[in-house]
Amino acid sequence: MSAPSDLAIVGGGIHGATVALFCARAGMKTVLFERGSLCREASGVNAGTLTMQMTRVALIPYALQAHAMWASAREWLGHDVGVVVCDGLSLAFTPREVELLSFRAGKRREAGAPIELISEATARAVEPGLGEGVLLAGHCKVDGYANAYLTGQAYRAALIEAGVDLREETPVSGVDREEGGFAVQTAAGPVRARRLVLAGGVWLEEMAAWLGIDLPIKVLVNQLAVTERVAPVMRTVVGIASGLLSLKQYPHGTVVIGGGWQGKGDRQRGGAELVPESLIGNMRLACHAIPALRDARLARAWAGLEAETADALPAAGPIPGIPDAYVCGSVHSGYTSGPYIARLLAQRILGQEPTDPLFPIDRLLASPAASPSPSADAGRATDEQPQHV
Amino acid sequence: MTPADLIVVGAGPAGAAAALAASEAGLQVVLLDEAFAPGGQIYRAPPQPLSVAPTARGADDAAGDALRAAVAASAVVWTGGARVWSISGAFRVDAVTAAGSESFTAPRLVAATGAHERLVPFPGWTTPGVIGLAAATILLKSQGMVPGRRTVVAGCGPLLAAVAAKIVAGGGEVAAVVDLAGPGDWLKALPRMASRPDLLRQGLGWALKLGAARVPVLFRHMVTGVSGGETCETVTVAPVDAEGRLTGGRSRMFDVDALAIGHGLVPGCEIPKLLRAAHRFAPEAGGWTPVRDAFGRCSVAGLYAVGDGAAVAGAEPARLSGCLAGLAAAQDAGRLPADVFAREAGAARAALDKALVFAGAINRLMRARPAMVEAIAAETVICRCEDVRRGEIEAAIAAGAREINQLKHFTRCGMGPCQGRMCGETAATLLARHVGSREAAGYWTGRPPLRPVPLADLLGQFDYADIPVPTPAPL
Repeated sequence: MSAPSDLAIVGGGIHGATVALFCARAGMKTVLFERGSLCREASGVNAGTLTMQMTRVALIPYALQAHAMWASAREWLGHDVGVVVCDGLSLAFTPREVELLSFRAGKRREAGAPIELISEATARAVEPGLGEGVLLAGHCKVDGYANAYLTGQAYRAALIEAGVDLREETPVSGVDREEGGFAVQTAAGPVRARRLVLAGGVWLEEMAAWLGIDLPIKVLVNQLAVTERVAPVMRTVVGIASGLLSLKQYPHGTVVIGGGWQGKGDRQRGGAELVPESLIGNMRLACHAIPALRDARLARAWAGLEAETADALPAAGPIPGIPDAYVCGSVHSGYTSGPYIARLLAQRILGQEPTDPLFPIDRLLASPAASPSPSADAGRATDEQPQHV
Repeated sequence: MTPADLIVVGAGPAGAAAALAASEAGLQVVLLDEAFAPGGQIYRAPPQPLSVAPTARGADDAAGDALRAAVAASAVVWTGGARVWSISGAFRVDAVTAAGSESFTAPRLVAATGAHERLVPFPGWTTPGVIGLAAATILLKSQGMVPGRRTVVAGCGPLLAAVAAKIVAGGGEVAAVVDLAGPGDWLKALPRMASRPDLLRQGLGWALKLGAARVPVLFRHMVTGVSGGETCETVTVAPVDAEGRLTGGRSRMFDVDALAIGHGLVPGCEIPKLLRAAHRFAPEAGGWTPVRDAFGRCSVAGLYAVGDGAAVAGAEPARLSGCLAGLAAAQDAGRLPADVFAREAGAARAALDKALVFAGAINRLMRARPAMVEAIAAETVICRCEDVRRGEIEAAIAAGAREINQLKHFTRCGMGPCQGRMCGETAATLLARHVGSREAAGYWTGRPPLRPVPLADLLGQFDYADIPVPTPAPL
């Protein structure tokens, strides 16, 4: 039997892959398990928006750091994820949206996001494709998008170059604690490691249960749509005050329409079904914002799963009571902030002081022994809708 | 929202038969099709202002008229010009029609959407003037147009002779018919084709027409390239062996302004794929096919798949499989007594098994020839929507793409407006060489819209204030 690894990671999305990358580069013998291929779930099928204007206030400092990471992905990741940095607009078409935008932009600004409120005329100078009736716009120069479907290809090459023992198509059926670490159970037998990171996205709940931890994770089913290639109709990332629209045109001409309208699905079936009314609603918002889109044809729509904790803040930190075991995931705006938050966890695993605080999961554990933090309760609205990027 | 007992998508021989059988058994049936009249590809009706001279009418036209008359005389609710873009739940069908976006609901659904064409790329295949045999058929049948002044007709299967004969009848010139199969392949197919004397006679009729027009037929040849800028100018052909490998024999060139070409048919099972029904790879049926019982029931309860959209077999098997599914739907709905079902379905099933003998012979002639795909040059475009060449596909496979949807992510192959219909077979065949099998390579995940649809058609009239925007996320 080969010597145990320093680190085993279960789950090959943005979080698992980023932790693996930085730990392997720092010299840890790292093995990464992914039941399918890298970044083919939330990390590969999201809308790729890298915006501050849909990010939770508590995550703005993280998202700003992560935005800089995305913008320089060629340097630290070594491979292209099609990142374009451009202006972002969040639009208000009604008095209610003006109120929402003013309040939210103010809070995000306080948290460090360089958002300015601008008039319709100024917004139109930023984005000539805008439709009529804009009452106010939030304008942020730290915005942009990646080509999410390239994420897996880029990370795969980077991980192999970093010497990660990459095991795709390798489902993990459980993890056992044992002397000096963990035994990760696979069809080919157990694989031993001194440290463990669970990075399973919406499947984190099942993974935590392997260790007897009850970590409830809610599953969101986000619908997305893309047009065929069309002549330029816009040049910025466009959203609306409520956060229920994200819109951008890629250099090759397709326009991706998102915003977190919910489809149907679950952990077992994935994003199984799209809801036509929701697709139509989302497209109406899109065409209201950018009228020239009306002439484009819808080429494809799909749904991806997003994980959310009880307080809609990340689960990223050590697992209480189990030395050398960690979780990393459920980051609201996970694609935007993911690389930075995962890098913080890598710093912690490597024995360094993370440059920003992690998000320990003690507050989220269902066991009554764990006392929830005030922030956990504050976010627990029952009718809340996700924000999506 | 129009409720019914059964929705049938596709009004070719399969869908029409399913609708009629279910309707006769008492089900309320909605029949939808993109075309403005029932008939499907084989019995495609000319648009209203056009008429076809009685002398130009063939057996297909009479069969199409009979099908349309039967639908018109039935209680089936026919909705033509309906572009189905979404199917959700069990079952809600959303279609763009003249009335905007309309919804139909029923507990049962028959998918009868027909086949699409397999086309193995070659240098110059995206040159204007190069069209599929199916596209040529549409031009000829629904518009009374020939593809060009002088056309090479190439590929395999009975569509070759059908298209060439129609071009001649329509006043066009056919420079050559270029058939992948050899005379020996046709002779081998003859005994099984004799099971349908009427179709054999139709085929001989086409051959005679071509003979009378002195159209050269090049057996065991394939198109190796098309040159031309704005339009097709020269088609080069060369001899091949039984598997479609070049033999090194002398090539020939034809100066033409059109090439109609097709390398067989692939089941268009987008609806079963969208609804996550189980599929299996069946080369004898043209490719991936939904897993079905003897009556067309899929693995998804209430879903039936029939005709060439499930397994390529031609018009008569399509009609019979449609009839079976219509009867099965009626029985599953509790509207057809078991003895009546057993009698009627038994007879249709026996007729289908008999008809499949002929289909097997034709499918053998139209089978995929992977050697042709292997021989594609690195610089040849595979995905014309996204301009992805073979070299890029091979590079993505080398970079770790192990499954067709992952290959799509790596290259954009299949992401364009044809939704992977043109490139899918070629890309999967290339991938299968590396991952061991077509099963391992997989198939495109079914996604809406079933066809690209203009956003404007989906939006309808709306006020911004009425858009049901969900509650904003927490700050």
